[in-house]
Amino acid sequence: MLKFTEEHEWLKIEAGVATVGITEHAAGQLGDLVFVELPETGSTFSKGDSAATVESVKAASDVYCPLDGEIVEVNQAIVDDPSLVNSDPQGAAWFFKLKLANPSDADALLEEAAYKELVA
Amino acid sequence: MENNPHLKHTPLHALHLSLGARMVPFAGYDMPVQYPDGVMKEHQHTRVAAGLFDVSHMGQVIVRPKSGKIEDAALALEKLVPVDVLGLGEGRQRYAIFTNAEGGILDDLMIANRGDHLFLVVNAACKDADFEHLKKGLADTCEVTMLDDRALIALQGPHAEAVLGELWADVSAMRFMDVAEADLHDVACIISRSGYTGEDGFEISIPVASAVDVTQRLLEHPDVKPIGLGARDSLRLEAGLCLYGNDIDTTTTPVEGAIEWAMQKARRAGGAREGGFPGADRILGQLADGASRRRVGLKPEGRAPVRGGANLFADAEGKTPVGQVTSGGFGPSVDGPVAMGYVDAGYTENGTTLFAEVRGKYLPVAVAALPFVKQTYKR
Repeated sequence: MLKFTEEHEWLKIEAGVATVGITEHAAGQLGDLVFVELPETGSTFSKGDSAATVESVKAASDVYCPLDGEIVEVNQAIVDDPSLVNSDPQGAAWFFKLKLANPSDADALLEEAAYKELVA
Repeated sequence: MENNPHLKHTPLHALHLSLGARMVPFAGYDMPVQYPDGVMKEHQHTRVAAGLFDVSHMGQVIVRPKSGKIEDAALALEKLVPVDVLGLGEGRQRYAIFTNAEGGILDDLMIANRGDHLFLVVNAACKDADFEHLKKGLADTCEVTMLDDRALIALQGPHAEAVLGELWADVSAMRFMDVAEADLHDVACIISRSGYTGEDGFEISIPVASAVDVTQRLLEHPDVKPIGLGARDSLRLEAGLCLYGNDIDTTTTPVEGAIEWAMQKARRAGGAREGGFPGADRILGQLADGASRRRVGLKPEGRAPVRGGANLFADAEGKTPVGQVTSGGFGPSVDGPVAMGYVDAGYTENGTTLFAEVRGKYLPVAVAALPFVKQTYKR
């Protein structure tokens, strides 16, 4: 199941665990990324909490946790090479895997068509 | 792309849009922050070839002596700046600052001696206040005119001289901070060999009617790309140059700001025209005794950028505050974060480890010499 948020994150949800990243639109708006800070595995976040930080040459931006849950894995590859987020934001450059506290909450997120309309 | 009706446009506004620029509000103008290449590539292109910047938002001011004698304009202007203007030769330009009665900085600017008048370039955000300040201070002796019929562009980088040389062969005779008049494509331009990137380069004042034409022709050169405000900021930060409003302002003196090099001997204690500018007591006092704080370069030890506003501490627990970052970001040529800021006397030595507060963490930064990149001015 692929879902999106109005804060420009995508979620690929399998068996109650969401792989989370930022959308192509968001990566384009941010510009060349030079630094990524990810949460610690095992930490828990509520929906809307700042879970990660991305920095371009010019500015720092928060990446918000899209749903309540616990971080079960993070993607070290984008810490080692932040430009991966610009080149493959919706593929190899996922940010973290979130074990959802209430998997049914995902139903309220945006479908791909609705998100595409939002950023059109 | 939002169109904000309150923002002013430079003469090159439509050209920026046609080049695909992303526009942002800056000092009351709708300005290009980046083009499709992006900040990183624009920055690097400027360091290896040539970048073209629209700086038409800046103020271009003519100060003309009523007596017809340039010395009278120079001496009048010296009442507002702690700089040797009288000693500035014809065809030469000098960095200066307007000071206030407390020794703070109202703006920084360039002053050129154009023979029968002085030509000033001031910051966009300060230009109206500067104009009033000049008129008030110089009314008895000079005519002060803000030029609103000229655009200003900067061509910066190691290929700038060769690019301009294709239009005007005499360009290679210019040295850093020379100012000359030249026809580019039959348009009378005022050219200075200066800039805000740390690279060799030129600033070119062009009559508005021909601004798009001259700019487009320069952009046709394969070595030249348009550069936005994003890369302008990262380039000047690596070059250790102050951004007015961030790194220097009315609360910082030239000594605290580490730009006292702009004050020549003639205006210092024992000089031919010692003092005689606003805040002279405080500034000359600090020159003699030192200031309680000082602007320094800061090199974060990790990969995380440390931005303007971050507090600095002597210890990793954030117990002993010693200053604040005023500009910081990522330096594409340094390939790492770079910053500058103010630290208390006693912490200014290069190599001193301080700690910057970033998102609740205390990240080690080293006090470092400025600039972060080698300046390549043709002196």
